[in-house]
Amino acid sequence: MRVPISLRVNGVPYAIEVEPRRTLADALRQDCGLTGTHIGCEHGVCGACTVIVDGEPVRACLMFAVQAEACDVRTIEGLALSINPSCEEKDGATLHPLQSAFIAHHGLQCGFCTPGFLMLAAAVLERDPGITDAALVDALSANLCRCTGYQGIVDAVLDAARTLRHAEKG
Amino acid sequence: MSWVGRPINRLEDPALVQGRGRFTADLPARHHVRFVRSPVAAGTIRRVTAEPGTRLFTAADLVGVAPIRPMLHKFGYVPIAQPVLADGVVRYAGDLIAAVVADTAEAAEDQAELVALDIDPLPAVTTAEAALAPGAPQVQPEAPGNLVIDARFETPGFAPPPGTTIRAAIRSHRQNATPIEPRAAHAAFDPATGRVTLTCTTQTPHMMRTAIADLIGMAEADLRVIAPDVGGGFGQKMSLAPEFLALVWLARHLRTSLAWTEDRRENLMASFHSRDMEIALAGTFDADGRLRALDADVTANVGAYAPYPNTAAVEPLMSVAELPGPYDIAAYRCRARGVVTNTCCSAPYRGVARPAITLALERLMDKAARALGLTPWEIRRRNLITRFPHTSPTGLVYDEGAYVGAMEAALQAADLPAFQARQAALRAEGRYLGLGLSTFCERTGYGSPAFAARGMEVTPGWEQVELAMDPSGAVEARIGASPHGQGLATTLAQIIADRLGTAPHQVRVVHGDTDRTPYGFGTFASRSIVIAGGAVQLAAEKLRTKLRAIAATLLEAAPADIELADGMARIAGTDRAVALPVLARAAYHQAHRFADLSPGLRESAVYDPSGTFSNACHLAIVEVDIETCAVGIERFIVAEDAGRLINPMIAEGQIRGGVAQGIANALYEEIIYSDTGDVLTATLADYLTPTVREVPRIEIIHLETITEATLTGAKGLGEGGAIGAPASVLNAINDALAPLGAEIDTMPATPRRIHAALQTARAR
Repeated sequence: MRVPISLRVNGVPYAIEVEPRRTLADALRQDCGLTGTHIGCEHGVCGACTVIVDGEPVRACLMFAVQAEACDVRTIEGLALSINPSCEEKDGATLHPLQSAFIAHHGLQCGFCTPGFLMLAAAVLERDPGITDAALVDALSANLCRCTGYQGIVDAVLDAARTLRHAEKG
Repeated sequence: MSWVGRPINRLEDPALVQGRGRFTADLPARHHVRFVRSPVAAGTIRRVTAEPGTRLFTAADLVGVAPIRPMLHKFGYVPIAQPVLADGVVRYAGDLIAAVVADTAEAAEDQAELVALDIDPLPAVTTAEAALAPGAPQVQPEAPGNLVIDARFETPGFAPPPGTTIRAAIRSHRQNATPIEPRAAHAAFDPATGRVTLTCTTQTPHMMRTAIADLIGMAEADLRVIAPDVGGGFGQKMSLAPEFLALVWLARHLRTSLAWTEDRRENLMASFHSRDMEIALAGTFDADGRLRALDADVTANVGAYAPYPNTAAVEPLMSVAELPGPYDIAAYRCRARGVVTNTCCSAPYRGVARPAITLALERLMDKAARALGLTPWEIRRRNLITRFPHTSPTGLVYDEGAYVGAMEAALQAADLPAFQARQAALRAEGRYLGLGLSTFCERTGYGSPAFAARGMEVTPGWEQVELAMDPSGAVEARIGASPHGQGLATTLAQIIADRLGTAPHQVRVVHGDTDRTPYGFGTFASRSIVIAGGAVQLAAEKLRTKLRAIAATLLEAAPADIELADGMARIAGTDRAVALPVLARAAYHQAHRFADLSPGLRESAVYDPSGTFSNACHLAIVEVDIETCAVGIERFIVAEDAGRLINPMIAEGQIRGGVAQGIANALYEEIIYSDTGDVLTATLADYLTPTVREVPRIEIIHLETITEATLTGAKGLGEGGAIGAPASVLNAINDALAPLGAEIDTMPATPRRIHAALQTARAR
């Protein structure tokens, strides 16, 4: 049995038909063709599949696609679009300050967990731009990275948080 | 200015941060595969029954497919075989029994769940101790007594001199490398050519191609193996996965494309494990605290099968060869056994045996220091190697390093007097701080002779590169190595850019495709920057020579006067120059002008070095809460010498990542089997991979002893972090617990184990 659902992903409307048991992660990857959202454990621990649903960071492996009916979903493919004014042009691509900071602070190695960390950090910073450094690091403990030892990720997110605050004031 | 030595941003990153990486599981397929796995640790398969309409494949279908049986021709190794799908017998919980093929992953999973297994359970052994006991069930028909290797080494006339004998017995529990990307494969049959393209999560595409073609009995040329973006490997993705072989066979048999992605449970139960080892050391120290003789006994639980290409002997043989570590020891004896059990196959994981042997040796040093009334640093000062080259008892030649220097640098950074004052003050308040050292060296970048010394049939040593400049002046390096997070495309581009007078972002490094790259072994064993880096440097020197010769003709000068910089070839000290693209175009389209040169710009090189030793000192400061028995790491200092750093930012990333895995090893991660052979830690909520909260900021001090043992002056450092960290953390915990009389020599040092150690101490 397949259920028709409609949702917006990165501002684009999608009308798809999914089995009720299909996770949002699988629907994004297979029905919407957005493979930037990665699946690491399918039991809600690693956070590699983190996307933003109606402003909240969500593990897309723990949410059914049908639950995203009429929701506004944002994935890594749309991160840079989200705050266009402060996005910078780099190597021909437009990057979100978080993405630039991950590059500058060596916040990734294999890159598999990276989209999940970026979406998690983006959601946390959007929800609370004035979040303390300690609370931000605490929020990052939601996701697992196996390559970096986390320091590059923490440095990148703290740096991007400063950039974003500065941009807001400016 | 040189590109080498600069912490430039990685060329790999822009695509990855935008979700534009291409990973195996991203590929669409016509069919999907789900494997049916054994629910029991040992048993005889009576019947496998599927619902009508299920496309089920078992061992009986795989006619002519040979079992995986890697060979080692030394130390009395007993080769054991692993059928791709179980051939009548299952040997661990998770063993492959059958493959189900369906149109969707969900349908394959549904149908696989409905496959009925009629298995007669057999008695199982899951620990080395149980498997070695008299009358233990035999796991493999070829291996009576469950021994696959019993390697012995002793220096001629080994006899401990008079002195104080100190003993250390450590236990390292089983781990899983746990890359965040699970293993995956996609095999596509091309009806036009009869070829199969296997895209898979591998660190070793060329070796996989050879192995799979051999075992299936197909022409190697009919198989293309692609390693696209690979989401971490740490060794787990270097060995041949039987699932990959099954997919290639199915793609050929069904003339279709198929995809398989393991779930996390499969990864934790049935990929590859590591580090299930026990080591007992007896060290004889003289009155000056010098270690005069070392007697070692190593037992590794290697699981049910042997991984290709390294065999089931990899942990025992690494132990025998490298146990003397960074210390100057004349008399050495070692026995190392590999024991088969009804558990998941053990295979290389970042560090391979060395986290455990370093723990054993470093615990021995601390115990000896305590017994002899020395500080941990003083006993190391007296035993660390100071003269180079040094030949170890097992004949390994250590090139120049900074063994004592690294320790002194770490101690200075730690500010010992201040720490000791604080430790004493806090003890008075009932808080227990400890400081632990781990000094070690790591053989890296070793070529084929090192593998030949183990007697391995496959000696994955050399690397090859093809370097070309096309007629437009664009540079492409095609390498046999296969990076998966190490930033090798960036570091190799830095080496090339310096020699060709171009910039790293103008160099494309192509890897991970057997159709596009020359044969090579891949990325593992802290080897790529040394071996692929050396090959790249050789090829770039050749290309540089040719470019200068062409420029000399065009500019009517002597080749020796031509310098390459900023995308130009220039007569040194003049403004007469020609751009590289002009040279390139001439090399291809005006070949008649360069009569003594071959047309075009394409060079290749091979490098097969004997190896080099990097070294480091890890220093951990921990606090043990003696109520909860939780361990917090306050500071973690790494002073390391990996020779010339091509890109310090990438080097530091490798160190930090390795240390994080070492801390996981020391405190958190453990694959636990029940007595009946079930994995009790089959989710990431049970197998405790650390988060940002558990990994401290890691302070790094670089010492750069430029080695002559490698072409680039660089030493490998991919594994060092994981090798050294566990010993420093356990030594620190023991320092903290010393006033309470408690000792712990088991990792992970979980709260439960620390609690037990405290209870034991209180009972005394």
